[in-house]
Amino acid sequence: MSDRKLTMSEALREAMSIALDERPEVFILGEDIGIYGGAFGVTGDLYHRYGKERIRDTPISELGIVGTAVGAGLSGMRPIVEIQFSDFTAQAMDQIVNQAAKIHFMVGGGLHVPLVLRTASGSGTGAAAQHSQSLEGWFANVPGLKVVIPSSPYEAKGLLLSAIDDPNPVIFLEHKLLYKVAGSEDVPEGAYRIPLGVSRVVREGKDLTVVATGIMVTRVLAAAAELDKEGINITLIDPRTISPLDMEPVYASLAKTGRLMVVQEAPEHGGFINEVIARVVTGPSLGHLIAPVTRLAGMNVPIPYAPQLEKAAVPQVEDIIKQAREVVVNWR
Amino acid sequence: MMHGTMHLSIGQEASPVGVCMALNLEDQITSTHRGHGHCIAKGADPVRMVAELLGKENGYCGGRGGSMHIADVETGNLGANGIVGGGIPIAVGAALSSQLMKKGTVVISFFGDGAMNEGAFHEAANLASIWKLPVVFICENNGYGMSSSTELAFNLEKLSDRGLGYGIPGITLDGNDVSAVYEATEAAVKRAKSGEGPTLLEFVTYRWKGHSRSDKNLYRTKEEIDEWKTKDPILHFEHVVVERGLLTEADIAQQHRLATEQVIAAVNEAMKGKPADPAGLLDAVFKKVSA
Repeated sequence: MSDRKLTMSEALREAMSIALDERPEVFILGEDIGIYGGAFGVTGDLYHRYGKERIRDTPISELGIVGTAVGAGLSGMRPIVEIQFSDFTAQAMDQIVNQAAKIHFMVGGGLHVPLVLRTASGSGTGAAAQHSQSLEGWFANVPGLKVVIPSSPYEAKGLLLSAIDDPNPVIFLEHKLLYKVAGSEDVPEGAYRIPLGVSRVVREGKDLTVVATGIMVTRVLAAAAELDKEGINITLIDPRTISPLDMEPVYASLAKTGRLMVVQEAPEHGGFINEVIARVVTGPSLGHLIAPVTRLAGMNVPIPYAPQLEKAAVPQVEDIIKQAREVVVNWR
Repeated sequence: MMHGTMHLSIGQEASPVGVCMALNLEDQITSTHRGHGHCIAKGADPVRMVAELLGKENGYCGGRGGSMHIADVETGNLGANGIVGGGIPIAVGAALSSQLMKKGTVVISFFGDGAMNEGAFHEAANLASIWKLPVVFICENNGYGMSSSTELAFNLEKLSDRGLGYGIPGITLDGNDVSAVYEATEAAVKRAKSGEGPTLLEFVTYRWKGHSRSDKNLYRTKEEIDEWKTKDPILHFEHVVVERGLLTEADIAQQHRLATEQVIAAVNEAMKGKPADPAGLLDAVFKKVSA
């Protein structure tokens, strides 16, 4: 096969195009997803290929958009919602949290809501506090929602196709710094699916197990390449879906490394990484630990504007290198 | 016998009955926290309704939802809702499904006066109007959002005037006159099904009972409640049909007996159900992914 190094935007668009071809009940709705092609260009030319009924531009109306998708989902359609920035999901929280997440359970299983909510997440673009958050922890705390965070174009395509297949509401958080970056792996042209709820071992190393998602997978990989030169070898595990959360590869890895580091961009307080730590220290891996668990997260601060402030607020490659080196060197 | 909360719609019967008379089985509704009337009028099984109120496995929600979450897919009831205004965008979405899948059905969005001050109403009304969706918005104005009177909560004579801002025709009617409710709904349903878009109907009515169990009726007088009881929609309907010679007093007494027997039978049957079992608590958090 020839090289197919796609960006995450291109990979996501391919997944949606496949789903639109496979299932007549799939349609996309959101703000500026039509002729504009999406705030981050993800829907691109889909409007021209599938028409305005299926690639449905909406007014600026997040609660209405998500609520409409919930109603459409529980009456036969399979909507994909695009919310331009994950921060704007706050406008739609009733429909996400009180409706979509709970309907199947509340009504005793008679109704279900197949719904994918794709949204751009994370900092690094100078968009400041209301356009840069990493809100995965909010959603993971709501029973009934699945939460997916792709870390590469290959992953994004396979995970999005599974999310669209899923009969439950899925929050799909795409890091905006990954949209325009070509992945290192080829992205197959046709359909392939990566199951939700299965963690991926991204690389293996003997000294330290690192758990990270999304953009932090990229940064940990860069850090690991540097640490390899020092003889410090990292295992990197990407859960891919933080709800449901597959911990088995983490436990298996800790049996070999004995050291755990967790990394996230979201603020530390109440973050998803703390769940990983909790499961490790209350679970089968406690006896394997030979070093204190260490965590690296965003500061408990709104994302600031100035580039040096923005960088300082969330983990960078050099922060990961420093903290990983410390835990390995100090706990030989 | 019943441990949880519920919101009674006694005094408001004309709206659910008149509206649902204008619907087919395939037409859908979204309901509210005050949804027992909508549920029965759309054709629900009273045994499963009562079983749900009692927290039984054979209840509509297997005891997971209670009064505020009863849904009945077979009769097109997409569910009551514990969030004021929460069902309105969902109705619009179901209407979008109807339009996209060319079902030829209509969706009724029931809500109260209180919901009209929620953003959900405004966003949903706008989307329904710009896409000309087959949905009818039914505001059951019972005078109070919990304790807030419409006088306190609106600077409007007719809440149906809110339709104007969205390009939606709005009509205010006596919500205790079942014939008027039926005729207005029938016209709005016809309009929706012919692709002309949504209508907003405001039915002015009154709830006899408090908002919920904890209500001490501090915000309204006994005289006001008694006055509205003289406007009982059921009595009103009975007068009309007897006056016109359509039914006799004896026919009406017979209907009362039948209805009472049906309710008693439903309660007795529902009580035989098994209590909801905590062992199955996690079963319906997610729908199982089929292989």
